[in-house]
Amino acid sequence: MEKHIQLPLTEETAKTLHAGDSVYLTGTIYTSRDAGHKRMCEALSRGEELPFDPTDATIYYVGPTPAKPGQVIGSAGPTTSGRMDAYAPTMMSVGARGMIGKGARLPEVVEAMKKYHGVYFGAIGGAGALLAKCIKKCELIAYEDLGAEALRKLYVEDMPLVVIIDSEGKNLYEEGKAAYLASQK
Amino acid sequence: MREIQAQQITDVVEKLCIEANQYLPKDVQGAIRRCRACEDWEIARGVLDKIITNFEIAEQESVPICQDTGMACVFLEIGQDVHIAGGDLREAVDEGVRRGYDKGYLRKSVVKDPVRRGNTGDNTPAMLYTEIVPGEQIKVTVGPKGFGSENMSAIRMFKPSAGIEGIKDFILETVETAGPNPCPPMVVGVGIGGTFDKCALLAKKALMRSTDERNPDPYYADLEAEMLEKINKLGIGPQGFGGKTTALALNIETLPTHIAGMPCAVNINCHVTRHKTEVI
Repeated sequence: MEKHIQLPLTEETAKTLHAGDSVYLTGTIYTSRDAGHKRMCEALSRGEELPFDPTDATIYYVGPTPAKPGQVIGSAGPTTSGRMDAYAPTMMSVGARGMIGKGARLPEVVEAMKKYHGVYFGAIGGAGALLAKCIKKCELIAYEDLGAEALRKLYVEDMPLVVIIDSEGKNLYEEGKAAYLASQK
Repeated sequence: MREIQAQQITDVVEKLCIEANQYLPKDVQGAIRRCRACEDWEIARGVLDKIITNFEIAEQESVPICQDTGMACVFLEIGQDVHIAGGDLREAVDEGVRRGYDKGYLRKSVVKDPVRRGNTGDNTPAMLYTEIVPGEQIKVTVGPKGFGSENMSAIRMFKPSAGIEGIKDFILETVETAGPNPCPPMVVGVGIGGTFDKCALLAKKALMRSTDERNPDPYYADLEAEMLEKINKLGIGPQGFGGKTTALALNIETLPTHIAGMPCAVNINCHVTRHKTEVI
């Protein structure tokens, strides 16, 4: 099923999304990878505020290439999400709801998604040149010293994604493969 | 004896770093298009269409195909009758990487210490492999290697009694464990034989070979075909969403080994399997 979603990602919207849905996201998202997540979680443990308001926020696991002159951003496809598993439940506990990446997640992340009504979206890994086309604005907001891993605020229009794990814990990686194999019998 | 200036090596490495990251090799493009034509699972067809659009955009606009522009793996086959003049070879290669990643707007993805981290800021050092061969030329291959797939690679030291079945099971197990993480459809490089270190290098070299080229030994060419077919029956599919197209190709390289051993390494690569070669 194809859906157009306007961000921020509210609990109400999250509940309408199901594993396997093809979605187009429009609105503001934030970029972060391992090093940025580590810093954000350390800040939270010290009782400090995050560099952005996490309420209903969507985080894109990406470290883009540098923008060429005239470009908003360089190539910007997803990185492997599993490296953020250690931090994702903490991020969801303070309000972050959407995650964009690729690859498998640990059971504790799925449990946190069910608890906080989170959604895990997949962007096509290795399609960085294509995905950059839907990023209309890019602003560096924190951790500049991390280079490609710095925290950026992006405005995206119709970003093409697939719901991999929904807020009920249903998982396209398991269901898609099983459905395909069943179709071959 | 032919003299080659270190500066020439720098220039070639610079150029190859940029081109390898922007232009997907024609054999890999062809493999993706062929798989798209025979993929019968709807979501998989959609993913493959976007993957094709992506490498077309990268080629037309001279931008990186993928944001993980990799560690620069540089293979030099140096003719024994060549004298490299005017500089240090290692530094010449690193300078090429430094310039290529700067001028090509490529991502700097290398940390200076594996545990204590800290970005080197220029994507050096290169992972440099040199081989001395007959002749008076230098063959330079640059293969930028992303780590989404590198992290899913594996090596195992088998007892010879494990036989070919042990190797087949290990290849399938490694691909199945990798699942959606290495950005399938993947290219699988397999090394069999040698020592622990040489075996891993064989698997990496297998990824530098054209996906259209089969192992010259019919025994291993058959094994390549058999394992590719088995992998594509796992159902993982493009991006792990399900489907027929889990791997584009499987290349095997072998070496003699010890009477007591049978090492096997599986180096996984994504659908952005990049490498470019030039002869000086």
